Amino acid sequence: MIKAISRVSSQIAVFVLFFVAWEVAVDLLHIKPVILPSPTQIFESIIKNWPYLMKHSGPTAFAIGAGFLFAAIAGFIIAVGIAYSRWISEVTYPFLVAAQVLPKIALAPLFLIWFGFGVTPKVVIAALIAFFPIVINTARGLQSVDVELIQYMKSLGANWMEIFFKISLPWSLPYIFASFKIAITLAVVGAVVGEFVASDTGLGYVISYANISLDTELMFAGIFVLSAIGVLFFLAVVLAEHMMMKWQAAIEETPQTA
Amino acid sequence: MTDVPNIKIDHLTVQYRSKGSIVTALQDVTVDIPRRSFVSVVGPSGCGKTTLLKVLSGVLKPTSGDVTFDDQKLGEARLSGRVGYVFQRPLLLPWRTALENVALTSEIARKQMSAETRLAEAKRWLGLAGLAGFENKLPHELSGGMQQRVSLCRALAFNPPILMMDEPFAALDEITRESMQEELLRLWQATESSVIFITHSISEAVLLSERIIIMTARPGKVEEVLDVPFPRPRGEELRASAPFNELVQYIRHKLRQSQLGLAGAA
Repeated sequence: MIKAISRVSSQIAVFVLFFVAWEVAVDLLHIKPVILPSPTQIFESIIKNWPYLMKHSGPTAFAIGAGFLFAAIAGFIIAVGIAYSRWISEVTYPFLVAAQVLPKIALAPLFLIWFGFGVTPKVVIAALIAFFPIVINTARGLQSVDVELIQYMKSLGANWMEIFFKISLPWSLPYIFASFKIAITLAVVGAVVGEFVASDTGLGYVISYANISLDTELMFAGIFVLSAIGVLFFLAVVLAEHMMMKWQAAIEETPQTA
Repeated sequence: MTDVPNIKIDHLTVQYRSKGSIVTALQDVTVDIPRRSFVSVVGPSGCGKTTLLKVLSGVLKPTSGDVTFDDQKLGEARLSGRVGYVFQRPLLLPWRTALENVALTSEIARKQMSAETRLAEAKRWLGLAGLAGFENKLPHELSGGMQQRVSLCRALAFNPPILMMDEPFAALDEITRESMQEELLRLWQATESSVIFITHSISEAVLLSERIIIMTARPGKVEEVLDVPFPRPRGEELRASAPFNELVQYIRHKLRQSQLGLAGAA
């Protein structure tokens, strides 16, 4: 407990140190706010523009959440296909790798043409970019299930549904949640890129608009709020992980004596 | 449990292809495993002990020869849900408590049981195995010996007519191992199952079994089948007795002879 407190307070100290150094540097070097505003100026801007920032946070949060959700559902289904069908795995894998390498962000302008202006292109980009780590990790998790355990279940007369839900799925949860953590941060990137290119709402739009109008303080205000939203989404995933995998947390907390 | 079968293994041969050449894992094995008996298979590694178990459990098809369960041939005998397994590794589910791990088998193989009965039964077996109070522990909170005990309870908890054990105590230290052997005997007395027990420990085989199948390696052949005369219950005292050690020596001699013969032939 004392260890945890000292850890958390050290973690906070790093943040504080960073912002203090930033503040002092801006002050001492006389950097103009249009180049780099100080943290206090940014927080002032956040407070001043609070209703405006909140208005634009909603659409961004929606795009992140919806994009992630689509990616999770589609990614899971395809991963199951890859894990259980050699044919699907062999046929789709090269395509998946190629698609993974492709910079999805470069497709954003194209989606503007296909899906128009508004919520659709950003959800699509967020989903697309979050999709691959989920597919690859989930498939790997499902494939890593102990073969002897599956044989054991079969010897008891278990059907595939019992094997899947009682063994394979819980077995893969650590892999799945690891991929969710990566995917949710990628979904934030995807949603914002979508807003840069094809939107008149959302924090991505706020940031790019503030950029054009040389309101660097507002730009940073947007970035800070966006980061906060990203952190909240990440924490939601961590919370879900803790609730679904209490046993895993218990293993991590046990001191290893071996 | 009324459907504990007599198992007859009749001229069983298993061959498989490995890198182009044919390997004979088992050759002309003929053994009876009477209903309700405890039969051990001893022999050096590579003598086909595990192959035999795989054939009996229907995972591997024999090249020639037959296995019958009462009058049913291997293919016809519906073995799923009738065999309890214990392996060298406990193979527990890390997200389930000891109790839930034990209940897993009846959850799958005894669907007509209510959930309460299953858990009560699981709890009873854990109690018999000396694990009362550990029901709600996760596997990683238990020692290796305790995990293996949970694995044993899991195999017993759905009351299978046949129990197949593949070196279940090989990974345990000697003291834990000895207490587990006596534990197993005690637990087995509470069932009506036939046990097929694979081990490379001769004294373990002598202590536990009614019948010992001594096998030799490459190809796996039955060297001798012998019946163990000692009355039950067997325990510490028997382990130290002269007849016990004579039998152990006899089997050791047999195994060594066959191995020397093999070396001479090579």
